[in-house]
Parts: sequence; structure tokens; C-alpha cells
Amino acid sequence: MTVLIQENSFDMGRVLNEFADRLSGAGAVVSFSGIVRDIATEDLRAMEIEHFPGMTERALLAIRDDAVARFFLIDALILHRFGTLTAGEAIMMVATAALHRTDAFDGAVYLMDYLKSRAPFWKKEITERGGRWVEAQERDEAALRRWSQG
Amino acid sequence: MLDIRYFAWLRERLGTERETVQTTAETVLDLVAELRGRGDAYAVVFADLAAIRVAVDQELGGLDTPISDAHEVAFFPPMTGG
Repeated sequence: MTVLIQENSFDMGRVLNEFADRLSGAGAVVSFSGIVRDIATEDLRAMEIEHFPGMTERALLAIRDDAVARFFLIDALILHRFGTLTAGEAIMMVATAALHRTDAFDGAVYLMDYLKSRAPFWKKEITERGGRWVEAQERDEAALRRWSQG
Repeated sequence: MLDIRYFAWLRERLGTERETVQTTAETVLDLVAELRGRGDAYAVVFADLAAIRVAVDQELGGLDTPISDAHEVAFFPPMTGG
């Protein structure tokens, strides 16, 4: 499976090893994992992640296929969790495989940039003061614009 | 009949995640205009359209996206994945 959307935690080492084991001809594998971090000013009790079942799968597959075509990837994987997570837990990971390292790195960055603001996930931080929806950042849109210029 | 879905703070403010409406709206913007008339909560949620994203049949769209043949329109805030 190249796109995984799940509530359960995952073992990033195992996911990466399984990804790498089924490759053939790759000279480079890159992976990135996103971790729930504590908020600097208050205690984060939980991070709730909502998504749009159905559209999420379609969006992630499209992003993954775009990355494969654009960076000549041999394979690419996206795993993203939903539900209630706590600080220190892994939210998501991507992995890319290519002939050469530049394409593998660029492909992973591209996947991350599109996951940030083009996949239907919404994060809500839960603290002792209550819940607060995480706002999208202008820098995430700026990161996307980079890929459409030249 | 058209299915409408709401996510994140829109879902919370409206107190519903899904509803079915009878509409003759031709575009997303027409639909928004109709929904605004459904009550105060809708007027608040759809006050600032720059803060809202839309998907028509699970594809990202815009205010001018046609919906005459659509089955489902979803409204939500800018996405925060990753």
C-alpha cells in the first residue's frame, strides 16, 4: 500500500524497512516523520486530527502520483494518522525512493508541502484551556508556490 | 438533492456534519448565498469566504465551481495536515 490512513500508532522503522525491502533498483531512500510537539506556553493534552474519509484517500493518492511522476520516483509512500494523539507521538511519515538522492529528497519535500495544505486534515490542539483549531500558515502556501514556479 | 458536509470549526459552529438540501444553485457561490439564509449560525460561518475551502464531489474547487451535477459539496477551513 502506498497510501495509509489510520488511527493506530505505527512503527516508523518497520514501515520504512518494509518500504525499502520491496524496492528494486533504487539508489536512494529518504523518509520524513512528523511528531506531535508540545506547545511552548501551555500543556498540550492532546492533538485531535479530523479528516474527510474518501476524499483523503483520493487527495493523498493524487499527491503521491504527482510526486512519482515529477521526480522520477521508483516508489513513494504516505502514512497519515487521524484521531487523538499526544505529544511525542508520530502523526505521519512519507518515504521516497529514487535512483539518486536529489530526486528522493525533493520528492519527500514535495509530498510534505502538499500534505500540509492540500490534504483534508484538520488539527485541533487540546489544552487545559480547551480546544483550538490549528490555523494554516502563509508559509505553507508559499512553500507550494515554489513548486509551480519554473 | 445535494449532500452538504462540514468539517472542523464549521461543523462545530453549525452543530452538524452533514445535511441534505434541495437547491437550484448552479455554483458554489449560489449555494453559499442560499445557506446564509438558513440562520444566524450559517451567516456567521459563511461571513468570511476567504477563510473557507470547498470540495465538490471530493475534488477541491472554488466559489465559481459548477454544482448542477454534483452529489456532494463539502465546506471546511484551510487544511492543516502533515
